[in-house]
Amino acid sequence: MKVSYNWLAQYVDVSGITPEDLAEKLTRSGVEVDAVEHLNKGVTDVVVGYVTKKEKHPDADKLNVCQVDVGGEELLQIVCGAKNVEAGQKVPVAVVGAKLPGDFKIKKAKLRGVASNGMICSAKELGMNDKLMPKEIQEGILVLPEDLEVGQPIHPVLGLDDVVLELGLTPNRSDCLSMTGVAYEVAAILGRDVKLPEGNVPENGSSIEGKVEINIEAPDHCHRYMARMISGIKLAPSPLWMQNRLMAAGVRPINNVVDITNYVMLETGQPLHAFDYAKVDNGRIVVRLAKSGEKMVTLDDTERALDEEMLLITDGTKAIGVAGVMGGANSEVTEATDTILLESAHFAGSSIRKTARKLGLRSEASLRFEKEVDPQAVERALDRAASLIAELANGQISQGKADKTISIPEEKQVDLHLSRLNGLLGTNLQLEDATSILERLKFTYVTEGETVKVTVPTRRQDITREVDIIEEVARLYGYDHIPTTLPYGDNTQGMLTRKQALRRTIRQVLNGAGLDEVSAYSFTHPDIAHDFATIYWETKPIPLSMPMSEERSVLRVNLLPHLLEIAAYNNNRKERDLALFEIGKVFLTDEETLSRLPEERLALGGLLAGNWVGPHWQQKAEPVDFYLVKGMLDVLLNRLGIIGIEYRPAKGIKGMHPGRTAEVVLQGKVAGYVGQVHPATQQKYDVAETYVFQLDADLLIELATIHQGMVPLPKYPAISRDVAVVVDRGVSAGELQKVIEASAGEWLESVRIFDVYVDDRLGENKKSVALSCTYRDPERTLTDEEIQAAHSKVVEALAVECGAELRG
Amino acid sequence: METSTWSERSQGENAVTGSILETVFPPNSLLSRPLNVKVRGSGIISVINEQDESGFCPFSNKGGTATSRPLPGGRFFYFLMRLKEVYTVRERLEALKAEALEELEQIGQTAQVQELRVKYLGKKGLLTEILRGMGKLSAEERPVIGQLGNEVRSAIESKLEEKKEAAERAEIEAKLASESIDVTLPGRMVHVGNRHPLTLVTEQIEDIFLGMGFTVAEGPEIETDYYNFETLNLPKNHPARDMQDSFYITEEILLRTHTSPVQVRTMEKMKGKVPVKVICPGRVYRRDNDDATHSHVFNQVEGLMVGENVRMSDLKGVLLNFARQMFGEGTEIRLRPSFFPFTEPSAEVDVSCSMCGGKGCRVCKHTGWLEILGSGMVHPRVLEMAGYDPEKYTGFAFGMGIDRIAMLKYGIDDIRHFYTNDVRFLKQFNRV
Repeated sequence: MKVSYNWLAQYVDVSGITPEDLAEKLTRSGVEVDAVEHLNKGVTDVVVGYVTKKEKHPDADKLNVCQVDVGGEELLQIVCGAKNVEAGQKVPVAVVGAKLPGDFKIKKAKLRGVASNGMICSAKELGMNDKLMPKEIQEGILVLPEDLEVGQPIHPVLGLDDVVLELGLTPNRSDCLSMTGVAYEVAAILGRDVKLPEGNVPENGSSIEGKVEINIEAPDHCHRYMARMISGIKLAPSPLWMQNRLMAAGVRPINNVVDITNYVMLETGQPLHAFDYAKVDNGRIVVRLAKSGEKMVTLDDTERALDEEMLLITDGTKAIGVAGVMGGANSEVTEATDTILLESAHFAGSSIRKTARKLGLRSEASLRFEKEVDPQAVERALDRAASLIAELANGQISQGKADKTISIPEEKQVDLHLSRLNGLLGTNLQLEDATSILERLKFTYVTEGETVKVTVPTRRQDITREVDIIEEVARLYGYDHIPTTLPYGDNTQGMLTRKQALRRTIRQVLNGAGLDEVSAYSFTHPDIAHDFATIYWETKPIPLSMPMSEERSVLRVNLLPHLLEIAAYNNNRKERDLALFEIGKVFLTDEETLSRLPEERLALGGLLAGNWVGPHWQQKAEPVDFYLVKGMLDVLLNRLGIIGIEYRPAKGIKGMHPGRTAEVVLQGKVAGYVGQVHPATQQKYDVAETYVFQLDADLLIELATIHQGMVPLPKYPAISRDVAVVVDRGVSAGELQKVIEASAGEWLESVRIFDVYVDDRLGENKKSVALSCTYRDPERTLTDEEIQAAHSKVVEALAVECGAELRG
Repeated sequence: METSTWSERSQGENAVTGSILETVFPPNSLLSRPLNVKVRGSGIISVINEQDESGFCPFSNKGGTATSRPLPGGRFFYFLMRLKEVYTVRERLEALKAEALEELEQIGQTAQVQELRVKYLGKKGLLTEILRGMGKLSAEERPVIGQLGNEVRSAIESKLEEKKEAAERAEIEAKLASESIDVTLPGRMVHVGNRHPLTLVTEQIEDIFLGMGFTVAEGPEIETDYYNFETLNLPKNHPARDMQDSFYITEEILLRTHTSPVQVRTMEKMKGKVPVKVICPGRVYRRDNDDATHSHVFNQVEGLMVGENVRMSDLKGVLLNFARQMFGEGTEIRLRPSFFPFTEPSAEVDVSCSMCGGKGCRVCKHTGWLEILGSGMVHPRVLEMAGYDPEKYTGFAFGMGIDRIAMLKYGIDDIRHFYTNDVRFLKQFNRV
């Protein structure tokens, strides 16, 4: 809502309060002022001039030489380039010495040899926002009404001395969508009175009786419908002062009748509509819901498809308006209109809101109806508009008014208890402190002991219960005056849950391992959502019903596509050595259309690419590889105390290199995978060799074990025995390890692979693997013979089960 | 025979050439101190300063103070012989000491020290050799000379030790000098990754509220319309729903537009128990076009406290405490009346600008204040719907944008940085 300071001053005394002061006071008490705009952008010495003569410039086709009377002894000769300048016009003239916005000074000049003593101004040159003005005025000079006095200063004429406060209203304060509502708010802040406009209606026409008939067929949607008839209308532009006020409020002036309905809407908050009475069949108004498939053309010449939830104003045969949103083109007031039917009605906010949304049509009227209009403004606004039309459009108001009332909400009674007020705010207010604020708000009340029985005026639809009154008292008392305390009562212990603490641990370990955390969007493109296998069941990505773009139209089911995109983004910026991870939610469902909430799982994704080390003056560059990433996972899993870790070769994982990928299996459960991205996928994302992992973080957290306490340090020495075997290349290290673990007996403490060597000289398709087995008995020192015996079993088992030959 | 002093004679190379004394005391083994001997014409010699520093007197059996006394001529030769023996060992010891010390002074390497140790103190060394001559000495003279021998040994030994240490030091220094490297060459870096700045700030906020006795609660990002709106006093078609344009999946299911539904879910779980003290961080979603200050995904943290005597003044206290821990000790807060459907009274909370300290700058648009929080007293209807009697219990709630706080705290000018994940950006958050 844009509030003209000068207009506001008509309803409440703001003397002694600058617009900036007022803005600050409004903001601090709950009605935020987003901007304060001074309409005078630096105009001085511009006056009303009268063009007495216009001649072509002798040497320039597009210039005119005008003689302009500005009330001085002589006419001013001014060269003007505007197309629309004509003799006989009243125009704004910047005389020599005047200033225009941008610190532009008017001087005597010669234009193509002709002297020019001043400038005839356009609206834009005067710093005015001309967007709401007719096109010819935007392109040329500002033509003023003929009745203005020559030589008078332009500021009051154009409202340039006004200041506009732009309110950023919260949805509850629809009362401030009107000038009088703002006046009540300002009056409450300043402790002053409100002066409402007089409602004197000169009913000098014939009776409305029998000429207008109202039927409300949708009583849930329309609570009251009133109308007046005004005849003898003379359509014309509205007076300049009214146009200035409308433009200050951001409303386009159209003609006197429409302008008056808008003006009264701005003043009272009650939207009004004028129909051409002649186009309303038999003066009948039927308020009903639209029929399926029904259509109508609105005032903006657009055909609207209607449905059964939309409320219409009809004349019993045809729709003549979408209730509360926009009138119909078929009943528009035109030059030919003699009699108008002026509507003032109260529609249900939710109904108008729905209709406006569906039609994608939000008008100043619908904006107000949606947020509930003061039901008592219906009649007041109707009378106010009628009297203005009589005054400014030469109308004759019929006697009486048509009125169909379903219900008028009564003023609410709300009890305020002093103890509740102080208990909720932490204040120590007295009864008088509260009641004096109610008086400033112009709420009536009676006190009963420590209880105040408040009658809430209907303009404040937002106030329905005690806390609402408490808020009114608190905001006008000033939040600054509420003390600052700390809660008392039971002490509580703040601590993270196991899951939250372990999630932090995962981050810490991966940070410690050298990975940077990233944070990607949750939405993704349906085409890439499944570029990688999910680590959960095969699930369809959940689509948004109205995405903003296809790129972000479904919810992610795995983290890797975004990680690859991030890698590509960084590669493009010459950042190729990447070590990244994300811990975030993925969204899973087995339903085609959600009927219940999907499962949200915490997933952990990682990506490594480029060099892990160097190039450094001491070392050669060391590119990342599978075993680096695997080692990091081992560190993480160990840190989480997860036992039973297994890496199984996995060939068929989508998006992954079939020979360089392992499934991570934890205690028999598949927790995710790790490996190199499939070269084809790498190419799709335009990245080089890239290694990734993706794990079910919820599962990691579930399997994590808390530290069990210290294990005693070994008292007896461990002894290592190395064994180097030649096996088929297809025999995996994991198999060898398993065989050793199964055969070595209880003393085996650990197995370490310290060399793998592939060479055809070892035999066709053979490789050599060297392992070191460490044996220890916690109770005593093992003898050489015992170790030899255990180790022999290992060698034997390797030979039998893996076809291993001992290497010399 | 003329009288002369030994000292005089000993000073000249040819002073007593050919005399007996000359042959007994080779020049390099002369006594270190002059012994004044008077040789009289009668053949009687008398020792003037007969007592040397060690109290040794060759003429006294007692080893005490000798007095000048005449010796009968017939015993003169005997005397000379005795003198010769005594002085031979004694002087040789003294001479050895001087010679050893002087030689040691010249050397600088540990090997040389060892060599000289063998030369002087070894089993076949010079000292041993001299002392071997002690056998010829009388029983009285032996301990005296023996003691002198020990003194010489220890003098040489301590000098040897001193030189050995010095030599070792010198050798170590030389070795270290030869080992010096260019310390300005770059080191081998150990990789340490960084938390995402949003994680950094989230954890900071969590820790502050944990310290005030709050716990952390979480809820789903995909929510029902019921929890996201209706339980928060936002019935269908409520105009306030426009404040947050939402991403719907079905008519009843949407991406949550705020973390407030976790309030209600928490209260439902608590089943009427008090106090409820939680914060709820997490992602939220709004239909905003992404630009420098808007993102369709961002992070919020919600706070809720419900109990029997929870007051708006407590809300101020808790938020002031938070603001000071987050933005610094001198931070002030300011509450402005506002509107949220789920709180009444409601307040926007500004903190004094941490960039300019409240003086006004570009960041705070010259107001001195930064708007960071929405808050208020939990609306009675919200309490009711979550199973708490609003006649008995009150509560406060607040919510803030983590992205915005991170932007203010670190001076980040574009919210999209958080989701673009340029590593040059991420790597800047490597402290605290």
